[in-house]
Amino acid sequence: MTVTILRIFWLHLRRDRVVWVLTFIVPVAFFSIFALIFAGQGKSSTPPVKVAVVDEDGSDFSKKLVAALEKDKGLRVTTRPEAPKGEPDRPAVPLARADAESLVREGKVSAAIVLPKGLGASFPSFADDRPTIEVLADTSDPVAPHVLAGMLQGQVMTAAPDAMMRGGIEQFEKWGGPLTPEQRKVIATAEQQMKQPAQGEGGGPSGLVAVKVIDVLGQEKSNPVIAFYAAAFAVLFLLFSCANGAGGSLLEEVENGTLDRLLSTNLTITQLLVGKWISFIMLGMLQVSVMFVWGWLVFGLDLWSHLPGFLVMTVVTAAAAAAFGLMIGTLCRSRGQLAGLSTTVILLMSALGGSMFPRFLMSEQLQRLGLLTFNAWALDGYQKVFWRDAPVWELWPQVLVLSGLTVGFLIVARLLARRWETV
Amino acid sequence: MTSALHVTQACKRFGTTQALDGAEVTLERGQLLLLLGPNGAGKTTLIRAVAGRVRLDRGEIELLGQKLNGANSVRRSLGIVPQEIALYPLLTARENLEVFGRFHGLAGAALAERVQWALNWTDLGDRDREPIRGFSGGMKRRLNIACGVLHRPEVVLLDEPTVGVDPQSRERIWEMLERLKQAGASLVLTTHQLDEAQTRGDRIVIIDHGKTIAAGTFAELVERTVGTSRQVTLTLDRPLPKPLDGLAMDRGGKTVRIQAADVAAELPPLLERVRAAGCLVEDVAVQSPTLQLVFLHLTGRELRE
Repeated sequence: MTVTILRIFWLHLRRDRVVWVLTFIVPVAFFSIFALIFAGQGKSSTPPVKVAVVDEDGSDFSKKLVAALEKDKGLRVTTRPEAPKGEPDRPAVPLARADAESLVREGKVSAAIVLPKGLGASFPSFADDRPTIEVLADTSDPVAPHVLAGMLQGQVMTAAPDAMMRGGIEQFEKWGGPLTPEQRKVIATAEQQMKQPAQGEGGGPSGLVAVKVIDVLGQEKSNPVIAFYAAAFAVLFLLFSCANGAGGSLLEEVENGTLDRLLSTNLTITQLLVGKWISFIMLGMLQVSVMFVWGWLVFGLDLWSHLPGFLVMTVVTAAAAAAFGLMIGTLCRSRGQLAGLSTTVILLMSALGGSMFPRFLMSEQLQRLGLLTFNAWALDGYQKVFWRDAPVWELWPQVLVLSGLTVGFLIVARLLARRWETV
Repeated sequence: MTSALHVTQACKRFGTTQALDGAEVTLERGQLLLLLGPNGAGKTTLIRAVAGRVRLDRGEIELLGQKLNGANSVRRSLGIVPQEIALYPLLTARENLEVFGRFHGLAGAALAERVQWALNWTDLGDRDREPIRGFSGGMKRRLNIACGVLHRPEVVLLDEPTVGVDPQSRERIWEMLERLKQAGASLVLTTHQLDEAQTRGDRIVIIDHGKTIAAGTFAELVERTVGTSRQVTLTLDRPLPKPLDGLAMDRGGKTVRIQAADVAAELPPLLERVRAAGCLVEDVAVQSPTLQLVFLHLTGRELRE
């Protein structure tokens, strides 16, 4: 008897492709994606922090510090703005503070380091009024500014040890009396050795320079990261709602015979698809709105001052998600197949597209791969609205891509739905 | 006057299966035509072809004298009642009627009037605000029919409208269809209930292996197949001691049968012969030809095979 039960189980397993996918393929796919994301953490594959450096000091010390930062493999340093379009040969002037701040605001760099005037002259000093290095940060990436502040302390140590030693001797002579000629000779030799180019990647004591992290984007925001999570989860569940709702309702119509009946009336399959698409756009918009209103009510998300951008992103995101739902519904033959396929595709897109794990923490390759997903474009749009306070017109890349996806999904859905027309 | 529906030489193949292989059906106006056939005979394919859901490989369909092709306007004169309960279970009876009415092009006062007519016709007026998922099978069946005839079609195709319902509900459905017919509609109906087909249909078409193998009134079919003779069965108190000429025997000679063209004339001599053989007659049964016999004769199998 038990053997018969085992045989029934085996026959079912062998014929149920959805179970195969969910049991074997989905776990391996997820393991692979998360392994790719996390395996690189702390190794050379970790994405370098993009940073702009403004040298307002221009001293020997600050130049050495900039050079040391540029050599650091963990950083990708920008010191000059991009050449204007059409004038590639025009020599670029060094970045000013305002330029660097713009780069941070536009999301082109994770942070900017401003080396203030008088930094070199005062180094080393522990006085309260010593010049402070400012890190202009985009704290949507909460890791980068703090990593950068630590790196700065290390680079100061390794980039200008001669200056630090000379400063220390001066302090010693001031309070302890002058050194003998022999002592000076030994120190001069050591100082020459220390002038060799700095090697290595940071490390060292903290507090050698004063560093202040300034959040140029989120400082005035009440609870800035909530927007990211609201969007991430809204998009994830929007996809599930639309796949199971729009796609599922189509298959339900097929299974219970109403589709056949509807198509025997004056209704065409195109009208049916459009009707379902619009229905699920409205439902999707409502679903996303509920998520953000909840964010506003409970977590203090600043929804109302971002309303135009929010509405634009929500319309295009819901439209694309509803079209995706119809496409995946027309692709499947049964609701069981739909459940398996949609779960797989949505979770994979969400993992790669940043709904589960912020994309800025992924390697550059995965970040690029993420752009193939629906989620990445939708989340980037919401980030622009809520984090960068971007005006609506700056959402055009996201609107264009999501609209393109919508059209593509709808065309595929319509073509696949031909099988339900007259046979 | 042209016929309501005329299907000629309908052929349709699905992969390796020849679903229709020259089926022919003619429905005269105001008639109720019953389409019979074993499972897989091609009845549903034929209904779906008329409904425009299946494109024939060969053959023609004329509806009210007009050739059907694609989505021409004459198709609006057609009402379809599918075999499945093709309704929205979370919608109420009234809401289901309203949505299907709209899909059939009804709106405003006309829609409201037809919805009310349908609720009265189906006797669901007192349950019209309830989601239909709580309805009995018979109630859903009635509503399923109503949703297909809301737009006053001249020709109605019903695919097994009485399947899976209790005798009382079935009777109510037949009453509804009779009223529809009286109002002028022409009906084509598939069924597995041969007793119903025998008594309800004006004409019967029997399909097997995608072909029309017989068509006509019940009397015509009987005449052409099993003949009009009655089967007379006598049950005896003891087995006949020896076989009698012209009598079929079974149960060891305790039951004898004859085919009688004129029962009144042939039964008395039979009783006399049995008595003369020393047996008493305990029971006499006279059976008229049934559609079941006709069907068996034509297809070589029971309808439910």
